[in-house]
Amino acid sequence: MVQQVIRTQKDVSPGFVDEISAMPGAEALRDCIQCGTCSGTCPVSIYMDYTPRRLVALTGENLKNDVLGSQAIWLCSSCYACTARCPQNIKITDIMYAFKRKALEYKYFPGKFPTAVMAREFFAAARKDGRVSDIAIAISLVMKTNPFKGLGMAGIGINLMKTGRFHLQAHRIKGIKELRTIIDTLREG
Amino acid sequence: MLKYAYYPGCSVKGTGKHYEESLLAVFRALGIELEEIPDWNCCGATAYMAIDEMAAFGMVARNLAMVQRMGYEEVVAPCAACYLGLKKAQNYMLEYPDIADKVISALAKVGLEYDPEARLEIKHPLEVLVNDYGLNQIKARTTNPLTGHRIAPYYGCQLTRPFDDMDDNFFPTIMDRLFLALGADVITDYSLKTRCCGASLTGTIPEVGVRLSWYLIAEARHRGANYIITACPLCQFNMESFQDRMGQYDTRNPRFPILYFTQAMGLALGLDRKELGFNRLLYTPANL
Repeated sequence: MVQQVIRTQKDVSPGFVDEISAMPGAEALRDCIQCGTCSGTCPVSIYMDYTPRRLVALTGENLKNDVLGSQAIWLCSSCYACTARCPQNIKITDIMYAFKRKALEYKYFPGKFPTAVMAREFFAAARKDGRVSDIAIAISLVMKTNPFKGLGMAGIGINLMKTGRFHLQAHRIKGIKELRTIIDTLREG
Repeated sequence: MLKYAYYPGCSVKGTGKHYEESLLAVFRALGIELEEIPDWNCCGATAYMAIDEMAAFGMVARNLAMVQRMGYEEVVAPCAACYLGLKKAQNYMLEYPDIADKVISALAKVGLEYDPEARLEIKHPLEVLVNDYGLNQIKARTTNPLTGHRIAPYYGCQLTRPFDDMDDNFFPTIMDRLFLALGADVITDYSLKTRCCGASLTGTIPEVGVRLSWYLIAEARHRGANYIITACPLCQFNMESFQDRMGQYDTRNPRFPILYFTQAMGLALGLDRKELGFNRLLYTPANL
């Protein structure tokens, strides 16, 4: 069944476009001419509910719920193809980051959505030791999102062990207190 | 003599060990010196940026402050994500004085000094080898030319985007030129050379991520490559480790060798396979 979704004034969140375009790197958002080069060059746009071009258009219309609730923003792998090709010099990848941060701030994503969980796990791990173990993050990601899927990952772990590349413990830096002070100072600001 | 500060990044201390092993072996053989930043921390990377941009810039700045304290003007970062993370943070601090001010005062709290205006040069090992050391010199040091090695050079995304000061955004040739100099049969028109490998999507949304990695292998194989060379730990990990799941797109597990460019280069310089971390590869090129 084809379902047509019509957005009306009641769906609008006034001020959303201002909020996004005030973020560093997102200023040029309003320069978009809707040419679609970003979506055309994006390697993951075919898997997205809203393509990058549509996300920019929706933002321009203050349709915050659609933008921040989309799974597309979590599919962006930050390959910067859109940013490099945008004829209006819009830093689209950085705008996708801005969407991700706002979605987390306003708790838009589904609780167990893997990309959001990974971002938080990564953040926590980096603040804890100053360095990260990619394997430890991958394992906690699987445990927190889909433990059953994790069984299928066992082969990768075995291969890494065989080749001496399996490390669960990240090295803790000596200046960890110093690093946490930097992180916490900037987070508050 | 060439000498640089060295920022390894977390990946080459873990899953990408063979990248660091081969990088250090190649640089040692050529007499290029790297001094590791003492007590360096995570670069913040892509995932961190999605949570808190300011904190991510602060993490980078701590590393750059230590480079300045060491007295270097250039720092080498072999991981493409770190390379971009360091560069991007420095650029943002130059572009937005208020970001720079906040970061500088957060660093001052712990007695560190960082001046973005010093414009540290953040370099990838490819730039050091090709631009600073030079292809003629490398040719002169080549004892075992890679004759008969048909190679697909894969650059990935973050090495050449969004910045284009190293090479073209979509069609870089720096690694092609290096391997032509080493005598390899380089697939210079490998069309997917900067298409995304899937990055962290292989872990978060494998239905998408693994497929993106598989494309790169299928195309290289179609072009008759013996192996792919990469310049990024995540690209190598993705393309190699998920091959047992690529049977769904392919007729079988491709079992296709994915080498770090420094491993292949080391062979040309006559270095030992063990020293180059070949024992850490899941699939090694046959008959070469």
